[in-house]
Amino acid sequence: MKFAVIVFPGSNCDVDMYHAVKDELGEQVDLVWHDADNLDQYDGILIPGGFSYGDYLRSGAIAHMSVVMNAIKKAAEAGKPVLGVCNGFQILLESGLLPGAMLRNKNLKFICRTVELTVENNKTMFTSAYEKGDKIRVPIAHGEGNYYCDDETLAKLQENNQIVFTYASDVNGSLSDIAGITNEKGNVLGMMPHPERAVDDLLGSADGLKLFQSIVKHWRDSHVVNA
Amino acid sequence: MSLMLEPNAQQIKDEKLYRTMGLTDEEFDKATAILGRLPNYAETGLFSVMWSEHCSYKNSKPVLRKFPVEGEHVLQGPGEGAGIVDIGDGQAVVFKIESHNHPSAIEPYQGAATGVGGIIRDVFSMGARPVAILNSLRFGELETSRVKYLFEEVVAGIAGYGNCIGIPTVGGEIGFDPSYEGNPLVNAMCVGLIAHEDIQKGQAKGVGNTVMYVGAKTGRDGIHGATFASEELSENSEEKRPAVQVGDPFMEKLLLEACLELIHNDALVGIQDMGAAGLTSSSAEMASKSGSGMELNLDMIPQRETGMTPYEMMLSESQERMLIVVEKGREKEIEDLFAKYDLEAASVGVVTDDKMLRLLHKGEVAAEVPVDALAEDAPVYYKPSAEPQYFRDFQAMEPTTPNVTDYQETLVNLLKQPTIASKEWVYDQYDYQVRTNTVVAPGSDAAVIRLRGTNKALAMTTDCNSRYIYLDPKTGGKIAVAEAARNIVCSGARPLAITDGLNYGSPENPGVFWQLEESADGISEACLALESPVIGGNVSLYNETNGTAIYPTPVIGMVGLIEHTDHITTQSVKQADDLVYVIGDAMNEFGGSELQKMTNGGEIFGQAPAIDLTVEKTRQDAILSAITSGLIQSAHDISEGGFAVALVEKTFGTNLGVNVSLEGETTAVLFAETQSRFVVTVKAENKEAFEAAVQDAKQIGQVTAQPVVSIRVNGEEVVQASVKNLEDAWKGAIPCLLNSEA
Repeated sequence: MKFAVIVFPGSNCDVDMYHAVKDELGEQVDLVWHDADNLDQYDGILIPGGFSYGDYLRSGAIAHMSVVMNAIKKAAEAGKPVLGVCNGFQILLESGLLPGAMLRNKNLKFICRTVELTVENNKTMFTSAYEKGDKIRVPIAHGEGNYYCDDETLAKLQENNQIVFTYASDVNGSLSDIAGITNEKGNVLGMMPHPERAVDDLLGSADGLKLFQSIVKHWRDSHVVNA
Repeated sequence: MSLMLEPNAQQIKDEKLYRTMGLTDEEFDKATAILGRLPNYAETGLFSVMWSEHCSYKNSKPVLRKFPVEGEHVLQGPGEGAGIVDIGDGQAVVFKIESHNHPSAIEPYQGAATGVGGIIRDVFSMGARPVAILNSLRFGELETSRVKYLFEEVVAGIAGYGNCIGIPTVGGEIGFDPSYEGNPLVNAMCVGLIAHEDIQKGQAKGVGNTVMYVGAKTGRDGIHGATFASEELSENSEEKRPAVQVGDPFMEKLLLEACLELIHNDALVGIQDMGAAGLTSSSAEMASKSGSGMELNLDMIPQRETGMTPYEMMLSESQERMLIVVEKGREKEIEDLFAKYDLEAASVGVVTDDKMLRLLHKGEVAAEVPVDALAEDAPVYYKPSAEPQYFRDFQAMEPTTPNVTDYQETLVNLLKQPTIASKEWVYDQYDYQVRTNTVVAPGSDAAVIRLRGTNKALAMTTDCNSRYIYLDPKTGGKIAVAEAARNIVCSGARPLAITDGLNYGSPENPGVFWQLEESADGISEACLALESPVIGGNVSLYNETNGTAIYPTPVIGMVGLIEHTDHITTQSVKQADDLVYVIGDAMNEFGGSELQKMTNGGEIFGQAPAIDLTVEKTRQDAILSAITSGLIQSAHDISEGGFAVALVEKTFGTNLGVNVSLEGETTAVLFAETQSRFVVTVKAENKEAFEAAVQDAKQIGQVTAQPVVSIRVNGEEVVQASVKNLEDAWKGAIPCLLNSEA
């Protein structure tokens, strides 16, 4: 399987994502600059964390205007897995690929901490290797991770099982403790916690590894079927 | 500003206008003699910033010469952007500490943020990839709204810059004492990694080569920042707010990535950060180091504002800029490289052979000064030094033991002292994990980052107990280095080298200068004994508010090498039934201790704890050897608050407890700050091997499955408390102080 890690000016978790895929997963991966207009050669798209364009104006607001976003939308429409983590999630929200918006953390400060998440839905291409209800430890590092949407959107998210991860206890004020959601189709996942930081026990947790393994398994399964 | 007519050379002399820029009458005369004529306004500015203490070390140079700077692994000592130490396999570690005290006192968010930005540039201008940031902070007591504001904003500024640029802030230390009330200390340290062949120098070689300016545009911010940094703070300092720079971490992230791509381009001849004194220091120093000259056409300098004068451009300390020298004819390659990152690379001058810094502006020569006069020929002052009366009085005192009746209550109160209390409120705001190499996060003795692609790791720490240094600068200087090394050793590393951030009051005060000299002697002795040379650092003098100096605070930033990640050790106890050992006996030493301060209305007195560097070295070697042999489960040094604090800290966050029994004078056993001591835990099966390896270790008890701390002294139970209650007191103290009414 071949992944693209999209690099915007100001992305800073790009190398972490790159190493998670290459070193821990053993899959192919390229760092792809934000001006790329074609991602057809990639089977999965990873939008890393960081401060794209300095988070000036609003987190993700400038990055979502990038050339590469058209190619990402095309990949999403084609059903390829698209994962946005932290700033990547914020960019997916800005681009409309996922519903809702981010507010500043309720304590108005940046929070870096390893937190416990609950796997709410394991029937996605990102979470099939987990059990529903699994508690996993994954780091967060953000200033604007307080997820918000209107009641109607929340009802839809719940109805369609689009809420994939929740915080086991409130950390940043997110509505319904939402930590990660997918689109309706289930192939675009945005999450504030950093699974790429939880792939090695030496650094405190390897609970994020199953997320990447799920993506690869889904791709292999669908490939065998297609072949 | 630009509309004002600049005074002419005669006016500068007659009206002694150079004094407002920080030059003395003698220095102005010296500059005049060098030029053979009166300097004009821009030239007076060049001399004043380059001859400021901040840039020239004119007052501290004689002291800095004392430091041992050589070592078998040192690739670059003091003098370049940062020092470099070999760590084997063709790799080297680059690190330096720098202060940003005065800007932070006036505008704490930007002062701290640009302090971080500046030290990161020092490291990547060497060609190194910055991999970690640490800091060392000092504030007044967290009691007034002003101190709380400074504390919160400094932390936010460090977080804002470091988080955005994506370099983990992995460690540091914070102390609180009334002496820092008006003059907080903000020292930032950056650690980088480099392959030997990539090491760059700030040089301007090759006559005819092109001088290029890269990064952010030049504005009017930070003009005379270096001069401001070399003055005492006073009520009028608020007026210097324009001398504080404004940081843009996003711009620096782009500049960082572009420069690390640039170093692999063989068109690059030299590179230097535009830090203190901006264009002036970078141009003069690069030329001076290479024995060449430089001609700059100031009309080509990218400018953020209109109508800037040569004086303003040369003295601006706008952030996120670099000066580079490239081979003539290859400018386009460089422009294209920077364009990828949306950055401008402007050709602004040429390397010459006349050893002059010549500035052209609107078709005229705006300034012409020998580069060596600026970079090398600053006057050096041998300031009078005198042992202060307070020191003699303290030395004459008999040791006293604070009166303690309730040991458990005293322990809880010590845990709530902000210098000891958990700093989680602080590091929760720092992204300490980005780049996914952080093995030991903030909160243990030293931070540890792994070196990806190898089995090795680096341990790093900042340390300084300034109370000891105030009481006895020489002993305190030794302790600062020894404690840093203890932290490094406890994490499983061998100390490599140090960088020192020397923060003192005014060198015009003979007592302060004596503190500087004595502490430098102590630091030097300890560096030699512990085989950890000084590879660079920073001097910040004039840390006084309205005539009152801070405690002398030479912050030691130390980096150590862990040969294998299996050796990484933390302070926390690991499993029930492990044996608890203490290494080193407590003496009646309370001078400058946390207990003394807490029980004496915040005042300290008497003698600093003694230190024997031979004992220190022997114990450190024994413990490191036991760690690398796999005999130690957890290790923690005994520092502020003494044995009891160190012991309970080992239980925090573990769901385990400890049950120990000791002999001796109870208050000293629990709270004395006698040096060269450690608490470690060892698996029962390793008892004999450990005791053979660390001969002066005493077994005092066990780790327990029940999360309770039980301490008996001379058979009497003096502490019996749940870990949760102790931990709540320790964790809650700083948030509680911040939330209370000022």
